Amino acid sequence: MSSSAHARMNCGEFRSTYIQDTTIFPTPLARRTAIAAVIFLLLAPTFLNSYFLNLGIQIGYYGIAALGLNIVVGFTGQISLGHAAFFGFGAFASAWLNNATGLPVFFCIPLAGAMTMAVGLIVGIPAGRIKGLYLAIATLASQYILEDFFSRADWFTGGAYGAMANPFTIFGFEFNNDQRYWYVVLFYVVLMFLFGTNLLRTRDGRAFIAVRDHYLSAEIMGINLTKYRILSFGISSFYAGVGGALFGHYLGFVSAEGFTLLLSIQFLGMIIIGGMGSVQGTLMGTAFMVLLPELMEGGVGLFGHGSSGLMQALAYIKEMSIGLAIILFLIFEPDGLAHRWKMIKAYWKLYPFSY
Amino acid sequence: MTETPPLLNVSDISLSFGGVHALTDVSCSVNRGEIFSIIGPNGAGKTSMLNCISGRYQPNKGSIRFREKELIGLRPNDRCTLGIGRTFQNLALFAHMTVLDNIMVGRHHLLKNNFLTGSVYWLFGARKEELRHRAEVEDIIDFLEIAHIRKSIAGTLSYGLRKRVELARAVALRPDLILLDEPMAGMNLEEKEDMARYIIDLNEEWGMTVVMIEHDMGVVMDISHRVMVLDFGKKIAAGLPDEVLANPQVKKAYLGEDDDEPAVDDAARTGEVA
Repeated sequence: MSSSAHARMNCGEFRSTYIQDTTIFPTPLARRTAIAAVIFLLLAPTFLNSYFLNLGIQIGYYGIAALGLNIVVGFTGQISLGHAAFFGFGAFASAWLNNATGLPVFFCIPLAGAMTMAVGLIVGIPAGRIKGLYLAIATLASQYILEDFFSRADWFTGGAYGAMANPFTIFGFEFNNDQRYWYVVLFYVVLMFLFGTNLLRTRDGRAFIAVRDHYLSAEIMGINLTKYRILSFGISSFYAGVGGALFGHYLGFVSAEGFTLLLSIQFLGMIIIGGMGSVQGTLMGTAFMVLLPELMEGGVGLFGHGSSGLMQALAYIKEMSIGLAIILFLIFEPDGLAHRWKMIKAYWKLYPFSY
Repeated sequence: MTETPPLLNVSDISLSFGGVHALTDVSCSVNRGEIFSIIGPNGAGKTSMLNCISGRYQPNKGSIRFREKELIGLRPNDRCTLGIGRTFQNLALFAHMTVLDNIMVGRHHLLKNNFLTGSVYWLFGARKEELRHRAEVEDIIDFLEIAHIRKSIAGTLSYGLRKRVELARAVALRPDLILLDEPMAGMNLEEKEDMARYIIDLNEEWGMTVVMIEHDMGVVMDISHRVMVLDFGKKIAAGLPDEVLANPQVKKAYLGEDDDEPAVDDAARTGEVA
């Protein structure tokens, strides 16, 4: 370090303009870390095998959908038990758009998001009027209505046979394996999480949080409660739709069985574990939920060697571990991984003092 | 002042919840540039009155005109564009947001960016707009002396500070008429003095007309231009602070019997109550 730079060195992070004070990342170090992480992920296909890439891709598309759910549940304070249905609708919509109109998948994914948003806006209408448990039941209804739609609307979903989803292509280049599709998902994850972060630091995002925290005074502040409650469902569905579309074009085949209430609950689990009302927590929670069953499998493989009973119970152990994780988080860390991460950072910063 | 039409004109509003008559034929008018206080014993209908103006309640009859425009029938969220802001008696901050974000919510109706332009923060001017409003919000933060807690989470603040943040949020609406529901409740003397100074500054420097509910008679008499007294949902007096203070009905209803009057014997008192 040159002496002149040393003379100007600050003893802390100081911001002297509002621009510096409104950055996404609190410090330049945090920003550089995030950029380094993205670069690392860009290089990942060169040294990770398909198994890990597959997990990463899963975290990606589930993460996008979970961010949507976090916008409606964590930030706007509504409840939605129908998120998996929107996720499925996005998958079918993108496949249908591509198959029916021949529009490139590149355009179908955002359009599928928009179509899912339209459905979400309709389903969100009850949200403008009812709250809590009643809303939960209303969204549950939308879950089952959409599931029923998937199995009956042959023209749209292929009915019981399911729908073929063509691979993602750009100028004829097919992203048809894990190494290639990785980049598509990474692109969408970065884009959608940037959008989400920006949304939540501007007018409408603040309005969502205001509606959650104190709807009476939000109304006095000029926020139209009905509009924002419904809009939040719409935006949430957009994220679910994009996530679902990515899912569909990854598997190459979409069938109605996967989008059940169980997946909706898993999405809720992701945001509870990650942290309600935290964008980065969403990604942490999704990673946790995707990796936990794999860890269980690894654990059973290590310790259960020779015990066929344990191997047979693997499927149940996976399911139960998710349930257990949700319960443990609700008891010990209701604010989720994001909060825990903050505490750890604070601990290192302040060590050896406690505050 | 009397030639210009009043900023706010409430005429003959009545509000009842079932058999409870919260307000009965209350009329008042607030002129531009006034500090107008509403006082009265607990349950007199002061907050109901404010809620009618700010749109929380819909009066059963009567009319409320703000700048000659009828307010009844408009939704609460339409009122801030007309220029009415308010604070709440019980704290109503967005507890998990920072103080800064709380105040920025007050700019909601002045901001134009939406979820689309907001999502692409840098591209279509959302950032520029946010920063411009941030600068104005900082003026309010300076004025109310809450710069040190700008980044604190609102729910973690002390009571007095929260009250101040709530005032800041209402000021951020840029209202012409600001409704303050017990701005000094639960404060110590020093905090009350600060709050009184802010209210006077808001009125004199920021040009806001203030309608205030307050129980602290000292403050009310010192800073109000005019006072209205409610009791059991009825208006019993209105006028200059001194006039109201001298009104025997007000003394009886709110401030208690005058000590100078000869003590009423117990028998007479029970007779009076019955």
